[in-house]
Amino acid sequence: MARERKYAMIIDTKRCVGCSACVYACKSENDVPEGFCRDWIVQRVEGTFPNLKMLNRSERCQHCEEAPCVTNCPTGASYYPGDGTVQIERDLCTGCKACMAACPYDARYIHPKGYADKCSFCQHRLKKGLKPACVTVCPTKTLHLVDLNSNDGEAEKLMEGRIITQDKVHAGTKPKLFWLA
Amino acid sequence: MFKRRQFIKISSGFLASSAMAGSVGWPLISGKDALAHHPAEKVVPTICELCFWRCGVDAHVRDGKVYKITGQENHPLSNGRLCPRGTGGHGLLYDPDRLKHPLIRETVDGNQRFRKASWDEALTLIAKKYAEITEKYGTESSVMFSHGFGASFFKKLFQAYGIHNFTHPSYAQCRGPRLEAFKLTYGHGVGSPEGLDVKNSKYLVLIGTHLGENMHNTAVQDFADAVSAGCRITVVDPRFSVAAGKAERWLPIKPGTDLALLRAWIRIILKEEIYDKKFVEENTVGLEELRDGVEEATPERTAAYTGISAEEIVAVARDLGRYKNNALVHPGRHVTWYGDDTQRSRAIAILNALLGNYQMPGGFITQKKYGVPGIKFNMKKSARTLHSKYPLAHSMPSNEVVEQTISAKPWPIKNWFVYGTNLIHSLGDQQATLKAIQNLEFMVAVDVLPMEITGYADVILPESTYLERYDDLDDRTYRVPYVGIRQPVVPPMYDSKPGHEIAKLLAGKMGLPDLFPDDIETYLDQRLQKIGSSLSELKEKGVLKKPEAEIYRKPGKILKFKTPSGKIELASEKLRELGFDAVPQYTPPPENPPGYFRLLFGRAPMHTFGRTANNRFLGELMPENEIWINEISGRDMKLKHGEYIYLVNQDGVKSKTSIKVRLTQRIRPDAVYMVHGFGHTHPWLKLAGGRGASDADLVTQQSIDPIMGGTGMNNNFVTFTRKA
Repeated sequence: MARERKYAMIIDTKRCVGCSACVYACKSENDVPEGFCRDWIVQRVEGTFPNLKMLNRSERCQHCEEAPCVTNCPTGASYYPGDGTVQIERDLCTGCKACMAACPYDARYIHPKGYADKCSFCQHRLKKGLKPACVTVCPTKTLHLVDLNSNDGEAEKLMEGRIITQDKVHAGTKPKLFWLA
Repeated sequence: MFKRRQFIKISSGFLASSAMAGSVGWPLISGKDALAHHPAEKVVPTICELCFWRCGVDAHVRDGKVYKITGQENHPLSNGRLCPRGTGGHGLLYDPDRLKHPLIRETVDGNQRFRKASWDEALTLIAKKYAEITEKYGTESSVMFSHGFGASFFKKLFQAYGIHNFTHPSYAQCRGPRLEAFKLTYGHGVGSPEGLDVKNSKYLVLIGTHLGENMHNTAVQDFADAVSAGCRITVVDPRFSVAAGKAERWLPIKPGTDLALLRAWIRIILKEEIYDKKFVEENTVGLEELRDGVEEATPERTAAYTGISAEEIVAVARDLGRYKNNALVHPGRHVTWYGDDTQRSRAIAILNALLGNYQMPGGFITQKKYGVPGIKFNMKKSARTLHSKYPLAHSMPSNEVVEQTISAKPWPIKNWFVYGTNLIHSLGDQQATLKAIQNLEFMVAVDVLPMEITGYADVILPESTYLERYDDLDDRTYRVPYVGIRQPVVPPMYDSKPGHEIAKLLAGKMGLPDLFPDDIETYLDQRLQKIGSSLSELKEKGVLKKPEAEIYRKPGKILKFKTPSGKIELASEKLRELGFDAVPQYTPPPENPPGYFRLLFGRAPMHTFGRTANNRFLGELMPENEIWINEISGRDMKLKHGEYIYLVNQDGVKSKTSIKVRLTQRIRPDAVYMVHGFGHTHPWLKLAGGRGASDADLVTQQSIDPIMGGTGMNNNFVTFTRKA
């Protein structure tokens, strides 16, 4: 039996310049309507002049292992396809927003056509052996899609010796976005 | 007062038809699932034109519509990756506000307006006017302003007609001082893309250069690689830029004092004898004169000028000296700041020479062209050609063309041809530009979008966007020699035409029917046959490459420089002969008038100058610019974060539009900052119109570089008003 994949994203904030190429590449790849996005950039600056620190980071759905959006979806539209991602079956979605209320990461929006939408890690591309659009466009190679169940060593190599942060771990959803400082 | 050439805002008949056409042009991706595999999808390699870096891109077409643009895998400037502007490039193609038909200015009942014209009518009129003006004033009274390599066919046309007056705002308003400084020092410029080995630098100093916000694809790729590889970075910038956020040291310098800092670094490196002695001895002249010339630049005095502590000044100099060959003081790109720009760039060139990083890993590298031979054509001589009054201007400063158009001295300029550059926003001193326009007898603008400048033209020619046209081959120097092609991805929309076709048709009207080959494909194929390739091969591959050039020098190699001495000139004989300082000397810039802040401007990664503000896709990423004001200064001025205000400069000139206040810790208390390219007032730009403000409105003082005529723009100061 083929082993199960467990996709996750490793984001090297040291390289990120916050240019937003990932945001627009996602929008054109996934036909995200005007006014919405599936990924976004957060730029955080701490300190007072002239002692400042800056963080640029690309954010999106965390594809949680214990995703409250899946638990709280009354119709089963949000589901785990078994590759470590969380996906939405649009035909089953009624646009009730229970998932949006449940998501600690504010990663979803309601598409004007009536269904909930969010980052899919470009599942349609993964199926063809391609990386997500945001990963391939990124001029600074900040974004890495990895398979945590693989033994290719990619994730370990990226994380080695780095400070790793995750967002709202206390929410207990086992998120799968890792930011490297 | 009656103005012969009014800015045309309204033309009722035209606007009605354009609004309809606009709705047709908006992309609607058909089918319920855009993700489904689509048999009709094709991918066309071409060259981006969202900025002028010329990345290779793949345009993805479905049902005849470009729906996605990605970086070309094999193109050395993209490496498969792309910036947000390039990614959203089809927002230009499908911009509903595009220029759609040739337009001719006419006066009806005393009102000026544009009316739709056929290409034949518009080009016939242009040819007739060129003949008339040439008859009256000679070909020397006509000038072409341009930006971008799309202008190449027009340039050939005018040269064949006997017009040799060409000017590019990218010279005296941008890179010119750097070019002249490096020519004086090394005998050649830095190139574009710059011949810098940033990705292998061990120690990098950026002075005002905000890589990452200044989003030239490969330059930023290299910068990120340097960051990851542990390159130590110092950023000198009055603003905490994104690059500063990645640096180990941010030096928030007092604006205008950069040359003082550079001189101090030179002095310390010489005093402590931490320069590359062997390299300097073998390859430079003027060391002793340099030593004497910077003697006064003590760390203490420099600290007083710059606001940077003497300890930090010394520490950076020592680091530079430690990393020597693998350290780099970045020469920047847009360097027309304070009027001392050539000398400041000279100091950067000298400092790098002391480090011996010429053709070394992490320093300056040699780049080569692929080398596709051109096709000869006949030029016709002109009685006179414009020459700058500044001794070392190797290109005619656009602002001087404006001056001559106003003064008519030494001869009148009566005819402008403006290709792809919005002079109202790019030149500064708008009043002068507008005054010059009133002296013209004729003006043609070629562009894809209505811009402030097109409103003053007599004839507007709508060019097809880069996704709808061929241009000449891209054969520039780079570390990987390459030749790239821009080719049509979709047919031209509306009644637009590619530049090469406009030039050919115009050549026919101007009595030069045989100037260009029958069609562009024949021309490009002829060129490519000369290197054993063909148009069909390049169309398919998008780019041809040679192995990486020998970018580093071999040990023991004897270097020759195209300077008068054949060596790197630490002290410049040529500058001395012309009465300038042979070693850069520092003069403090004008101080802020009380209550005023120095106006600085720069770039954002989502936009290119004023050319993308109307792009629906990019506008979503960044809809407007903001005025960055230090939080404490802002509170003193009773400004609220997020409110809209107008800027008023030292001459009482107010911004035409209002701008959002951004109170931030990221800037010095004595300066304010805005991203260039907003504050459009052209009513045809429906998205960009009125969003943000334009720094160009406020650059009424230009500090002219006495060496090459560059226009230093950062000696302008603003205060705020809420009154519209």
